[in-house]
Amino acid sequence: MQTIDLADQGLRALNETLQSQDSDTNQTEWLVTNPRGSHAIAVGLDAPIDVTIKGSTGYYCGGMNKQASITVDGSAGPGVAENMMSGKIVIEGDASQYAGATGRGGLLVIKGNASSRCGISMKGINIVVHGNIGHMSAFMAQSGTLVVCGDAGDALGDSLYEARLFVRGSVKSLGADCIKKDMRPEHIELLRGLLEEAGSDARPEDFTRYGSARKLYHFDIDNAGAY
Amino acid sequence: MCGIVGLFLKDASLQTELGSMLTDMLVTMSDRGPDSAGIAIYGDQAGSGKNGNTPTDIAKITLQSATPDTDFDGLEAALSKMLASKISLQSRDTHAVLALPRDMIDAARTLLADMRPNIRVMSTGETIEIYKEVGLPRDVAHRFAIPAMTGTHGIGHTRMATESAVTTMGAHPFSTGADQCLVHNGSLSNHNSLRRKLIRDGISFETDNDSEVAAAYLTNQMNRGASLGEALESGLDDLDGFYTFVVGTRDGFGVVRDPIACKPAVMAETDRYVAFGSEYRALVNLPDIDAARVWEPEPATVYFWTH
Repeated sequence: MQTIDLADQGLRALNETLQSQDSDTNQTEWLVTNPRGSHAIAVGLDAPIDVTIKGSTGYYCGGMNKQASITVDGSAGPGVAENMMSGKIVIEGDASQYAGATGRGGLLVIKGNASSRCGISMKGINIVVHGNIGHMSAFMAQSGTLVVCGDAGDALGDSLYEARLFVRGSVKSLGADCIKKDMRPEHIELLRGLLEEAGSDARPEDFTRYGSARKLYHFDIDNAGAY
Repeated sequence: MCGIVGLFLKDASLQTELGSMLTDMLVTMSDRGPDSAGIAIYGDQAGSGKNGNTPTDIAKITLQSATPDTDFDGLEAALSKMLASKISLQSRDTHAVLALPRDMIDAARTLLADMRPNIRVMSTGETIEIYKEVGLPRDVAHRFAIPAMTGTHGIGHTRMATESAVTTMGAHPFSTGADQCLVHNGSLSNHNSLRRKLIRDGISFETDNDSEVAAAYLTNQMNRGASLGEALESGLDDLDGFYTFVVGTRDGFGVVRDPIACKPAVMAETDRYVAFGSEYRALVNLPDIDAARVWEPEPATVYFWTH
C-alpha cells in the first residue's frame, strides 16, 4: 500500500504520481489522506490501480477515469466521475451535483444520496445510487444505465435519449419525453448484475423502468409543446 | 462564481473565535472570487455598559470612506455637538463604527450626507458591523482585524463580479435594514423591474447591483411584518434568476437556494454551530467537523435558525 498525504505532497504531485502508473504496475494499492475537500483529486487515471481517498473530496474527483478503481471514504463534491471512461468509482457518503456527468463507461456507485443533475448527458456509464437523487437527473442522457434505490426528484430524464433509468422509490416528476416502461426479463437481469456489482441488496423486481418516448429526437413542429 | 461562508454559533464559548473562524473559512474560498470581499459580524451590543443607557437604546452605524483620514477626522466631536449627545467613533482602516442613541440614527445619516458626502453607510443596527473592500479576502480581513472579532454569528463573501462594477459598494454583504444583511452567489434576471417596484415602495438603493435588490426585497417584506423565514419563502416566488443567499438578522441566520440550485452550497451542523460554505473545503477546519451533520441545502427550500 502506497500512502500519499495530500496536505503534505500537494495535488499536482498526487495526480502526477497516480497518472504515471503503467497498466502493469505492481503498485496497485494507494491511499490518499487529508483530501479536505480539494478539487480534482485522482483525475485522469489510466491504470488498473485501487485508490482510496480517506475523507471528502471537492469538485471533479475521479474525472475522466480509465481502468482505476477509486473509493471516496467520505462525500464527493460536484462533478464526481465526470466523463469517466471505464473502471469503478465508489462514494461511501453523498455526492453533489452532476455526478457521473457525460460519463462514457465504467461504474459509479453512490452509497448515500446524489443531488441534482446526477448522470446528466451520460453516454454509456452505469450509475447506481443507494439513496435518492435530485432534480433534473439523467437530463439528455444518451446511453448507459442509472439505477436509483431511493426516490428521484423533479424532471427525471428530461429530453432523454437511449439511457435506461430504474427507480425503486417515487419519482417526483418526469421530464419532457421521459415515460414509464415495462420491465422485461432482460431488464431484470441487467439490474440484478448492476445491483450486485454495486453492493446493493435491493430486489430488481421492485424497480420501475423509465425511458425515452423518442418524440424529441428531431424537431417536429407538432411536438413544440413538449420542448 | 463567488464564495460564501456563514457561521451561526449555538455555543457561546465559541464567540471569541467567530472572527478567526470566519476569516479562515473565507480565505479558503478566495479562488471562487478574488475581486472583493466582505464580512458581516453580529458582535457586541452597541454601547453595552456605557453612559448609563440600557443597551437597547444604543445602536451602531458602520461607515466607509475612501479617504478615512479626512472624513473621520473630527467626526466624533462634530456629530456629538450637532446631535447634543455623546457619540463614539471607532475607526478601522477605511471603516468606522459610530455608537449613538438609536433614535438618532436617521438624524446622524442626514448630517453625514451633508457634512461628509463621501462617507457611505455599510450597516446600521444593534449588533451588526459590515466591513468590505476591493481585494483578496485575506487582505480585506486583516485590514479590519476581523480575526480578533467576537460575536454570535457572521457571514462572509468573496466576489467575482458579474452584474455591477468592482467597487467597495458593489461588494457583499449588503445591508438594507437594521441588523439585516445578505450575501449572494448567482445573478438575478428581474432585478431592474423589482428595483423599480421597491423604489415605489419607498426603498432607496446605493448601487446598481442585483444582490442589493434581493436584500432590499427581504427588508421590505420584513418591514411589512414578515418573519425572516416568510420573507425568504416569498422571495422564491418573486426573485427570478440564480441564487444561493445567506442572510443574517439580529438573532437569525437563513439560507435559501433557487429551484435550479446550480450555485453550490454545503451546510454543517453540530451542537455548537451551524455553518455554511460554498464548498466543503470552507468547513474542514471547524471544530469536530468529522462528527457534524453535513448536507446540501435542498433547492427552493428555506432554512433558518434563530438564537
